[in-house]
Amino acid sequence: MTDTARQQLISRPFDPFDFMARYGTLIALALLILFNFAFTRNFATMQTLNVNLTQVCTIVIVAIGMTLVIATGGIDLSVGSLMAISGALAPMIFLGKIVPIDNVALAVAAAMIIAVGVAGLFGLFNGWLIARFRIQPIVATLVLFIAGRGIAQVLTNGNLQTFRVPQFQWIGLGRLFGIPVQVVLMVLLVIAAAWMLKRTVFGRQIIAIGGNERAAELSGIAVSRVKLVVYTISGLCAGIAGLVVIAINSSSDANLVGMGMELDAIAAVAVGGTLLSGGKATIIGTLLGAMTIQLVRYTLLANGVPDAAALVVKAGIIVLAVWIQQQGRRA
Amino acid sequence: MTRPRLISLLGSYGVVLALLLLVLFGWARYDYFLGFFNITSVLRYNSMFALVALGMCFVIMTGGIDLSVGSTAALGSVVAALASPQGAWIGLGAGVGAGLCVGLINAILVTRLKIMPFVATLAMMLAASGTALLLADNQSVSVSYESGFTSIGQDNFLGFPIPAWIAIMAYVVGWIVVNFTSTGRGVLAVGGNEDATRLMGLPADRIKFLVYLASGGLAGLAGVILASQFGAGQPIEGVGWELFAIAAVVVGGTLLTGGVGSVGATLAGVLLLGILFNVLNFENGKGWISLSAYWQSVIRGLFLLVVVILQAKLSSRGSVAVRDY
Repeated sequence: MTDTARQQLISRPFDPFDFMARYGTLIALALLILFNFAFTRNFATMQTLNVNLTQVCTIVIVAIGMTLVIATGGIDLSVGSLMAISGALAPMIFLGKIVPIDNVALAVAAAMIIAVGVAGLFGLFNGWLIARFRIQPIVATLVLFIAGRGIAQVLTNGNLQTFRVPQFQWIGLGRLFGIPVQVVLMVLLVIAAAWMLKRTVFGRQIIAIGGNERAAELSGIAVSRVKLVVYTISGLCAGIAGLVVIAINSSSDANLVGMGMELDAIAAVAVGGTLLSGGKATIIGTLLGAMTIQLVRYTLLANGVPDAAALVVKAGIIVLAVWIQQQGRRA
Repeated sequence: MTRPRLISLLGSYGVVLALLLLVLFGWARYDYFLGFFNITSVLRYNSMFALVALGMCFVIMTGGIDLSVGSTAALGSVVAALASPQGAWIGLGAGVGAGLCVGLINAILVTRLKIMPFVATLAMMLAASGTALLLADNQSVSVSYESGFTSIGQDNFLGFPIPAWIAIMAYVVGWIVVNFTSTGRGVLAVGGNEDATRLMGLPADRIKFLVYLASGGLAGLAGVILASQFGAGQPIEGVGWELFAIAAVVVGGTLLTGGVGSVGATLAGVLLLGILFNVLNFENGKGWISLSAYWQSVIRGLFLLVVVILQAKLSSRGSVAVRDY
């Protein structure tokens, strides 16, 4: 070991906050799993794994889009409402309420593509407001947060749509090689997004914009276009999540689908270590964040703590995670 | 010189103008729109939102945000309902106190632990909602009808609803604070440029502390009115209030980046969004069109859209004039 290397080691003593900021979420998750092995009955079963994974899926899918949006320094409050729109639209199409389609497979395919596509278009609309008019993301997406659920309710007249269409519900109830389809979907999306963020020019541009928008623009990045794409992706993710939720429930209630999802997704992103001010993002972190929050809730419920108390604990975890990350950065 | 001036005037009084036009429209079109009953019921109902929006306005003027106000109001309503058998004043104090507690935690998280307002108040939104559900045992809590607690929300004083009196007083106090006290000027200074404010020796952290505390207290007060008006503390009410309040503040022309803001315009924003609902109900009553309740949120969203686009256009043109002041 050379002298300079040794000096570097000495001048950078071990910093617990920095360590926690990097690996805290992972450690918390590992501790939670260990705790459950020790104290929660029937924890080490496939059923527990399935329950937790299927519940966390929709949050993770939405949170992927949210991570990208937050990486640019923005926020998307409209995701829950977009889930409601996609969830309201799909059954209307495959049940033939708009245009009767005889072929079930064709109807289901059309329903999925159109529902997700419409959600994507609404996402594009968000991006347009933000890029074209320079409206703050929180206000721009507030428009669809308010109007979006209303649109879904108007489409369905507020009625519950129930259905039993196995071809459609495959995405919520089916299995691929014994793994729930939505889990496969989630993993694929996580890998694609993580790869895009780390390895593609577009991904680096997202981070650059979040770090310093003016500098990014001056260095020739098409900031408006990147934002348009990012909000569209967020809309598409919300659309997919909406389909998964109604497929699991065998019904679609525009008043309930995606309710509060924006907060769950933002919480997962924050706990996962993505900077809410933009410029630093991790998709894997978001996945771990969402799983930590889910597992905390499961642990509390499985040990007889009421759901309302779990909310308070969740609040504490969000604050603690963000605080630790801040200490790590300051050091 | 006159053109930018005109535009910036339109920017600051646009919301008042829109409110006047909407009221004129309603007066001309519907028989009982300016009737005593309609006016008092609109004011009685919207006073809760007005209080929440006032706190939000102050928070936003410092460049922050308070997402916890809806759950804080729910918590306030539950606590007030639980305390109401002890007397009207005790119920009132307990509800406001619960709100102040949430505000206090928000203030500590933001000013001491330096957690971003968005995250800190998001967490408190969950915590307040959870606490409200725990205290209320997951159901609404009936208030005491013997102690006179319900008169806070349901009775009139000098022929005018008490909640509206409370809201008006709060806005007068808020207006005085912003315009005539050093703390109030400090609120705008912190939002304009926090570092500069600190360097000038203003107590930036103390100002922010007070602002979150006030927002919590006002949300708690709104919760007291909620419980008293509807006869029950409601742990699941208040969902989405924070976003409604933000919308009202934005419609009133307060910039979310902080540093600019008006208490009066916020009140106009609340009334504008509230009366929009009212007009829609009257329109349904006319029978020409029949819009379900679901259209109301669509129309509100569209309205917010128009306002923010107009503001974006006005501020980009009027920016030179604004900088000259």
